[in-house]
Amino acid sequence: MMLDYNLIWENLPLYFSGALVTLKVLLISLFFGLMLAIPLALMRVSRAPLINFPAWLYTYVIRGTPMLVQLFLIYFGLAQFEAVRQSVLWPYLSSATFCACLAFAINTSAYSAELLAGSLKSTPHGEIEAGKAMGMSRATLFRRILLPSALRRVLPQYSNEVLMMLQTTSLASIVTLVDITGAARTVSARYYLPFEAFVTAAIFYLAMTFILVRLFKLAERRWLAYLAPRKH
Amino acid sequence: MLHGYGSSILDGAWLTVNLALTSMALAVALGLVGAAFRLSPVKWLARLGEGYTTVIRGIPDLVLILLIFYGGQDLINRIALASGYTGYIDINPFIAGVCTMGFIFGAYLSETFRGAFMAIPAGQAEAGMAYGMSRSQVFWRILVPQMIRFALPGFTNNWLVLTKSTALISVIGLQDMMFKAKNAADATHEPFTFFLAVAVLYLMLTSVSLLVLRYLEKHFSVGIKAAEL
Repeated sequence: MMLDYNLIWENLPLYFSGALVTLKVLLISLFFGLMLAIPLALMRVSRAPLINFPAWLYTYVIRGTPMLVQLFLIYFGLAQFEAVRQSVLWPYLSSATFCACLAFAINTSAYSAELLAGSLKSTPHGEIEAGKAMGMSRATLFRRILLPSALRRVLPQYSNEVLMMLQTTSLASIVTLVDITGAARTVSARYYLPFEAFVTAAIFYLAMTFILVRLFKLAERRWLAYLAPRKH
Repeated sequence: MLHGYGSSILDGAWLTVNLALTSMALAVALGLVGAAFRLSPVKWLARLGEGYTTVIRGIPDLVLILLIFYGGQDLINRIALASGYTGYIDINPFIAGVCTMGFIFGAYLSETFRGAFMAIPAGQAEAGMAYGMSRSQVFWRILVPQMIRFALPGFTNNWLVLTKSTALISVIGLQDMMFKAKNAADATHEPFTFFLAVAVLYLMLTSVSLLVLRYLEKHFSVGIKAAEL
């Protein structure tokens, strides 16, 4: 017998608790990432260079550098500064979970902001004109027409971003978190079964990917039904 | 400012560029094969191509890297032992990195290439046939030049993601710029400085890539009229 899955079977609880960590980190970073992405996207569609440029620079730099470098800059890098170590934020910034969530949230905010800005720009003219004809102010127009419409239409691309983020969370294992990948690394190191350990992790990620794809299909049916091709 | 580690990091940067280019060459080859499989009229080939892209795109790069490097090495040695070889086979991290990256991005590129081939109107290949061109002439003279134009935006995206993903290969001990920066950071206790330097190098790499690929896109789109809104 060349492959040994008995030990993996015994360690399944470790994988399941890892899956919970993965899910937690994913949800936290997606939530804060999206909160950050909405104002950034609004800045990105602005015609005023002073508003547009900072948001452009932010997304350009974040999207142009590897996630691992961003994570290391926050987790290892910030400790270099005495001021950071003395600050009230230090208990948070010295926690691996907090740093991982922060780095992932910053990363996804840049990608989501670009997606959302693209969606805002492709809003049908008629929707905007109808809002204006109703006498809506700019703020009301954004709140009632542009954002709800853009957030719906961005769903298919955003689902891709969420799947990418699920994969990105595996980097948390490099800064000591025991997520799915972390569980696999633990099992691999403890029993020296790297092949079986990582294949199991891969299966967990595949399962989570399929569940997420399914959820997004349901979400699209709920919020994008009006754009679906007619069935009759 | 970099305490003399500058040249070591630049060496690492050179290795990163080499790794990215070699992996991309392998990925293009695998991507073309994958696209051919998916477009093939033979059912099981199409299924195989689809399975490859679906599975690879559902697994994190880091897990695949660890699986292929540690798991692959372990598996090869178990097979070697079972067949009577008692020595230990070591995989070079550069080769493992190229294989992993090529394998992962081959899956992404096969989607890009498939879309690009399908975007070429069928009438053009038929016109080529009607002119008496052979199948390979139609492929090289008509399909490929246009496929490049349709595939370039997706290719650009994949190249940028691949370049950034190479940073992960440092985890399995390849001495790329990320690895060198980590060493320097540990030695000098100035992690921010070194990781920032690496971030700037990556940003330069992605910026230059964007400029070059945008130029290529213009070059291959000569004579194509863009619809105006």
